[in-house]
Parts: sequence; C-alpha cells; structure tokens
Amino acid sequence: MNHLLSWRAPLLSLIVFLLLIGVWHALTLPKSSAPQTVGSEYAALVGAEASTGQKSAFPSPADVGRKILEHLREPFYDRGPNDKGIGIQLAYSIVRVMIGYLLAAMVAIPVGFLIGMSPTVYRALDPYIQVLKPISPLAWMPLALFTLKDSSVSAIFVIFICSLWPMLINTAFGVSSVRREWLNVSRTLEVGHLRTALRVILPAAAPTIMTGMRISISIAWLVIVAAEMLVGGTGIGYFVWNEWNNLSITNIITAILAIGLVGMLLDLMMAKLTKLVTFTE
Amino acid sequence: MHNIMSDPLIRIEGISKKFTGRDGTATTVFEDLYFSIEPGEFVCLIGHSGCGKTTILNVLSGLEQSSSGYVFVGGREVSGPSLDRAVIFQSHALMPWLTVMGNIAFAVSSRWPEWNQEKVRAHCQQYIDLVNLTGAEKKRPAELSGGMKQRVGIARALSIQPKMLLMDEPFSALDALTRGVLQEEVLRICAETRQTVFMITHDVDEAILLADKIVLMTNGPHAKVAEIVVNTLPRSRTRHDLHKHPHYYRIRNHLIDFLVDRSKVFASDSPDYDPRHPPLVSPGLDPAEAAALAPVSGKPLAAVR
Repeated sequence: MNHLLSWRAPLLSLIVFLLLIGVWHALTLPKSSAPQTVGSEYAALVGAEASTGQKSAFPSPADVGRKILEHLREPFYDRGPNDKGIGIQLAYSIVRVMIGYLLAAMVAIPVGFLIGMSPTVYRALDPYIQVLKPISPLAWMPLALFTLKDSSVSAIFVIFICSLWPMLINTAFGVSSVRREWLNVSRTLEVGHLRTALRVILPAAAPTIMTGMRISISIAWLVIVAAEMLVGGTGIGYFVWNEWNNLSITNIITAILAIGLVGMLLDLMMAKLTKLVTFTE
Repeated sequence: MHNIMSDPLIRIEGISKKFTGRDGTATTVFEDLYFSIEPGEFVCLIGHSGCGKTTILNVLSGLEQSSSGYVFVGGREVSGPSLDRAVIFQSHALMPWLTVMGNIAFAVSSRWPEWNQEKVRAHCQQYIDLVNLTGAEKKRPAELSGGMKQRVGIARALSIQPKMLLMDEPFSALDALTRGVLQEEVLRICAETRQTVFMITHDVDEAILLADKIVLMTNGPHAKVAEIVVNTLPRSRTRHDLHKHPHYYRIRNHLIDFLVDRSKVFASDSPDYDPRHPPLVSPGLDPAEAAALAPVSGKPLAAVR
C-alpha cells in the first residue's frame, strides 16, 4: 500500500507539469491566420515572425528551456553593468538578504528577549511595534536613500526592516511563554540570570524564535526583488527589470523560476535549522 | 553537621497567604500555620484541594512569599529559593531538550560550578544508578514513561545533596502500579540517605507508608493545621506488609475520618485549639481506645490524644 502511494504523488506532479507545459506550448503555437498589420515600431520590437502573427510574442516553453540552458552553461559571466550572468545577480541579492537579515537577527533576538522577559518593556515598546510593523518595507526606501546615500546600503536597510518584525515578535512570544516550572527549576537551583537566559529560556524559546526567523527570510526574499527593482544596479530584481526594458520575456521567466528556487532553498535551510532546535515534550 | 541536633531543621511560624481577587476581595487561603520538621524526618501534608498545600510548599522552597509569618531553615529565615531545598515538582518539570544526563548535570553544575565535566558526569551517574535509570542516560524526557520521568526528577533533586527535599504530589500523575514502585524506592532512598523530606499528598496510604509525621490541614479558605499525626508504624515498612500491622487501620481510619468529616467542621470541633501548638496525636497506639474511633460512634477524637 505504502509503496503504491510513494510513487503516486511524484507521478501526479509530473502530470501537472506536463499539462502546464502542454497548455503553454499550445497557446504559443504559430497561428495560421492572415498576417496582422501592426505598427512598424512594434514589429521591430517583437521581431518579424511575431509581428506577422506567425509566432506568438510570448515565448514558447522550448524558447525558455533554451534560455535556461544558456544561463546554466554560463551563469557567472560579466560583460559590463547591464549584462551580467543570472548567477552573479542572484549572488548579489542573496548577499544583501543575508546582511540585512543577520543585522535584523542581531537586533531582534536580544530586544525580543527583553520584551519577552519584562512585561513593562513589552507594554512600553508595543505601540511602536504595532505602528512600525504594518509599514511596507519599501516605504522606507526614499528615507533610506536620503539618509544613507547609497542604493546598495538602502536595499540592505529595507531587508533589515522587513526581517525585523517577525523575529522580534516571535522571540518575545517564545520567551514570554517559557513554562513557569522550568524557570522555577532554575530558581530553586539558584541559577543566575544570564545562565537561566542561555541554558533555559533560549533553548525553550528556540523553536518559536526559529519560526520567526523562517518567516523573516521568506519575507526578505520577497522584498529584495522589489527593492532591487527600485534601486537598480545589481541583483536579481534589477535583472528582471532590466530584461523587461530589453523585452526579453524568456529572461524574465528564467529569473522568476530562479527566484522561486532560491526562495525554496532558503526556506528549506531554515526548516532544517528549526528541526535541530525543536524538542518534543 | 548540625551542632544542635535537637533543633528542628525547618520551623514554620505563623505563615499565612492572602490572594487578592480580580474584584479586589482578599481571600485568606491559610493562616496561623505552625509546625516544624526535624532533621531526617519525613513529613507529609494532607488536606483537601483549596487549602493551599502547593502554596505552603512554594513558601518553604522560597518560590513564593507568605503574606505574613516566617519560615526558618537551620535557624535562618528563608528569603528565596536555595540549593539547600530541592523541589520535586508534580509535573516533573524536566527540560525536554536535555537528556536524562543533561537534566541532572544542569542541576549538579549549578550546585558545584567549579567542577569539571568529568566530575559532574560521574556524580550524575551515581544518582542515575540510585533511581535505577542506568542505561537511560542519553534518552530525552519524551522517550521516557511517566514513572521514569519522575525518577529523573528525584535524581535531579537528590544529586545536589540538599538539606531538605520538598515534594509536591510527586506521584499523583502516575498509575497505581508505578506509584507503588516509586513509593518504595523513595522509602529506600530516604532510609539510605537519611534525607529530610516534606511531601504534599492526598493519598492516605502513601502518607502512612512514607511519613513519620502527617500534618492534617482543615479546609480552605482560612485553612489551619488541625493536628499532627505521629506514624507509629515501624520505619522498616514495606507496601507489602504495611496493612498487616495493627496500627495501620487505626491510623488510616483516623486520617480518612478526618478528611471526610472533621476537616470541614474542625473549628467548632475543638474549642481549646491553639494554632501555635497543633495537637500531636498517635491514633495507632492504643487498641482499647481505638475502638471508640469507629465511624459509627461519632465521638470526638480527643480521646486518643
């Protein structure tokens, strides 16, 4: 029974994939209808075949497949500021996400600890968190550009701001909901505050903290694309926008797939780390 | 160790606890408690729920503060939790992310921070062996049965070599069989180590098996120490032959009689009651007078004093 089920899901996945590709392929097949008349500028833009209606302006799966292979063959080429391999662009984005994210963790976890341990600090900081949390991270961008005067640093700041809240709130929640009896054990053993924080509260709250960190990295990866579209220069977000200006739909689709894959890998990585600190009661 | 052996290890003087409810009304859970525990003594506290048993234990451990009154340990007033008084929690309170060894080592390295890892490990092993958990050192609490978890709790409490062990209904969450086995082990360990123990229970048989003295509480609010029953059964008792001793049923009947009827009406029952000196009774002793104890008689129990 189990071995039957074990290949059913992958088979279904494959069928869905083939179906999607099939529909896509069918929709982008060359039409046999009479040549359409289009403006000469549009014809120049989309190419001769597409302008006459023989070929769809939207790339076929085969076109995208060829483009992906092309990128895979040479992911890290660098031919000037407007022509860099997709691997380089992804690496720029990942580095920015990591810097902003780690800075956010360095702030959010200690502050979250403080908020979680002290109801007074919680009540004092709660209004700020409630107001700052719903602000779209991109709304900070102009302010960041004005004060930091560097587009790359501004992008990192935006990542910092958007990663901060889930980690802060989850850390505070995890710390404040550590079971009273574990703290009592610590108290009856006359364990100091720092040792209690590191040996009891931190491991007890770790699964909740990691959940916050996992949410944060996903949000950071969502936001970096938009942030790089705004600040330009390098990164996968800039790559997408640049290819839109080049009207290279195949490159855009390739980039979208790459963004999805990297996002999935980041999430998987965090899931693995979460598993390390999770305990069963 | 104790220069004056006759001095009680723990002296409780007139403690009370008031809680203020949400609507501002204060409830006095218990008041005017006076009793003491001698070194090496095993004292059980029995009372209905709501008489503040756990609060009393928390006050003794230093986790909670009483609203008035004092607790002295070895002549010093209790101001907070201390490694001298180890607590065995009802819900075992093991850290689920640590192994059996890790849980005990946390306590041991808190007690002796200067010890190296090897010394801590060897010391822990001694107590793991004592509670018959040899072989389970690397297991996590989630992999242990309820009884095994409580064994770890006992080992953790004993490992810091406290002057006093405080137990809050340690076996109430266990099934009857496991409870019986653990009770006998506690009996054995206490006999081996001459450990002073204060234990809360609602199990009359458990109290008779383990305790030297049984403190009876009246019902809350305004709970008081009604009387202190001396367990006259020989200390070398086992679960197996406990009920064969002539004292057993007399003590048991006395306790059950108290819990069923007298805990409610205690105040009106004894006009000359002095909370500072709760009556010390030995219901096990005299067979002739014990006949008067029969539930049908309904006579006051003052006769057995």
